[in-house]
Amino acid sequence: MKLILKGGRVINPAEQFDAVADVLIEDGKIKAIGQGLTADGAKVYDVAGKLVTPGLIDMHVHFREPGQEAKEDFESGSKAAAAGGYTTVATMPNTKPVVDTAALVRSLEKRAEEVARVHIKIIGAVTKGQKGQELAELGDMVEAGAVAFSDDGHFDPTAKVLLNAYDYLHTFDKVIINHEEEPSLVEEGVMNEGHRSAMLGMKGRPTVAEDIAVARDILLAEYAGARVHVAHISSGRSVDLVRQAKKRGVRVTTEVTPHHLTMTDECVNLYDSSTKTNPPLRTQSDVDAMVEGLKDGTIDAIVTDHSPHAQEEKDREYIYAPSGFPGLETAVGVLFTELCHTGKIDIPTLIERMTWGPAKAFQLDAGTISVGANADVAVIDPELDWTVDAKKFYTRGSHSPFVGRQLKGKAVMTIVDGKVVMQDGKVL
Amino acid sequence: MGKTNVSLRGKNILGLADFTAEEIRLVLETAKEMKNIIHRDIKKVPALRGKSIVTLFYEPSTRTRTSFELAGKYLGADVVNITAASSSIVKGESLRDTLYTIEAMGVDAIVMRHKAEGAAEYASRVVSPVILNAGDGAHAHPSQGLLNLFTIEQHKGHLAGLKVAILGDVLHSRVARSDIYAMRTMGMEVHIAGPKTLLPRFLYEEPGIVVHERIEDAIKDADVIEVLRIQLERMKGGLFPTTREYARIFGLNNERLALAKDDVLVLHPGPMNKGWEISPFVAYGDNSAIQEEVQNGVAIRMALFTLTLTGGKQE
Repeated sequence: MKLILKGGRVINPAEQFDAVADVLIEDGKIKAIGQGLTADGAKVYDVAGKLVTPGLIDMHVHFREPGQEAKEDFESGSKAAAAGGYTTVATMPNTKPVVDTAALVRSLEKRAEEVARVHIKIIGAVTKGQKGQELAELGDMVEAGAVAFSDDGHFDPTAKVLLNAYDYLHTFDKVIINHEEEPSLVEEGVMNEGHRSAMLGMKGRPTVAEDIAVARDILLAEYAGARVHVAHISSGRSVDLVRQAKKRGVRVTTEVTPHHLTMTDECVNLYDSSTKTNPPLRTQSDVDAMVEGLKDGTIDAIVTDHSPHAQEEKDREYIYAPSGFPGLETAVGVLFTELCHTGKIDIPTLIERMTWGPAKAFQLDAGTISVGANADVAVIDPELDWTVDAKKFYTRGSHSPFVGRQLKGKAVMTIVDGKVVMQDGKVL
Repeated sequence: MGKTNVSLRGKNILGLADFTAEEIRLVLETAKEMKNIIHRDIKKVPALRGKSIVTLFYEPSTRTRTSFELAGKYLGADVVNITAASSSIVKGESLRDTLYTIEAMGVDAIVMRHKAEGAAEYASRVVSPVILNAGDGAHAHPSQGLLNLFTIEQHKGHLAGLKVAILGDVLHSRVARSDIYAMRTMGMEVHIAGPKTLLPRFLYEEPGIVVHERIEDAIKDADVIEVLRIQLERMKGGLFPTTREYARIFGLNNERLALAKDDVLVLHPGPMNKGWEISPFVAYGDNSAIQEEVQNGVAIRMALFTLTLTGGKQE
């Protein structure tokens, strides 16, 4: 099985490579990158004018399996990933039941093997049932293949529990991904606490809830010499906290979502729960801080926090609707439209944060298209105009604040292990 | 105001943020005529004969629901009341399906009260009957905001230039979030005061209002004072130490009332916590228009029904 991607702009952040070239893929590996490549029996794709990048990585998705397959499962979720240009995703463990044992990790890996169109990595829970009390069997889960650990969706309220988790995981060199919102400050809150929430009468989730959580978890990690990853950062002050910690050598990394990079709480409308997410959409100054943090490398990775819900769950009173929306199929379009085409972020930097950045943060064998690497590749048409239509989503989630938006830029081909799994928006 | 091209026909009454001065004026003028009907011996006109109205209440209410019901009946409409406790809602029927059911019966207007902010706006996007928001969480209570203006104007003869002090639990108050918009639109000077824990943190960013922490600062030389109910049922505790201390430091009593203009008008949307946010002496004193507000509420709701369902005089 050979194929050649001909004449595209190849961007490989791992080697700071950025040039028009051909890419030869053979037996699931990147065989060569260069000019005028040919190979007997190779299928040739003309990708002139398009970007050839490492397959995108999203280390924060919710595929809802096991237990909530009406929202999503590994098949529908992985198809959404392939459609969006992603070749590796990592699933969060806040399922029913919570993924907190090696047996569950293994069963999900098996499911992935059977139905997934892209690589799925499993994130295990830090504590049993994500209850924040007793450590889950972390060592067992590491041996079963868990890539990282998280009680995502919940902040671990007891500092001692988190410190124990940091210390215990040190032996296995795995990172903990922390959802950072101090619970007593966000109780019942449904949107950012700000002028908008004040005038809508909605209960708020203040940025300081995130800031004190980020500060505590960084300080604990620093004390323990542990690795910590701040999940979906959204407060400008928190970006500062991460920036300062990195400067003094703390092993902290972080991630940001397309929506926190591009939308504010001014987008919140009372009749439509599709803007409801945790942490909530913040203010313009926070959005500006996200872009700055992404640019200067304080923020290592972009994640979608892909969180599909069933139609009937989102289609109701705003305050009763669950938080989150799908993001895998809109990320490239939103980011190119709002960040690259506006000149806020250059394309190679954006690609780095979606490939090599997360690969480094999580020590993944992925995120590069160096010769010899696994042939996980995305082809992106940066100029393709399209309109987001929920009816065309592969995800089971339908409510997204990006529905109806006209975007410029889209993944047009996804290659996993040398096989084309998506072409022109169709998952094969 | 005379003839204008302003019409509220078919308009959903969701909040007062999007009301223009001309629209508010139209409601107030229409309510004046409606108030005359209430004073008649036979309180029945055929303006809305053949129209049907459903009141859909997910939260308890005495005055608002009764007020809407009587308003509809005085105008000759058929009015049916649905409360959450005695309907399919207890069986878990979604708001969308409940609305579809009501719409399918050929209803012209739905008066809705709901605990969730935005429920009325959601309803307006789901079904076609006119939606009149009778209170959605802490978001809006437009008919109350309008009846406040009506009551003020009946006493003062005008609105523009009056200084109004809104006191107390703004955090949980849908009334305040209707007053602020409507009063500002009508050229009133809006001052807000209460314990900082009961004021939304970023309220001060709203243009055209002044926020104080000491109620005395807001009351000084006020033409109108509206005292808000402390909504203990929406609090989880800790927002102020005791009702005793609240009454002492933030309650409206005769001493504090003396800081306002002599002819200050005192309003309260009810129900009152007498002895907490307002002393009984003020509530039943010479400056109080609290009972009158209830009667004006019927007139305002008659005006809203007439204007939204028939367009009023334009026809």
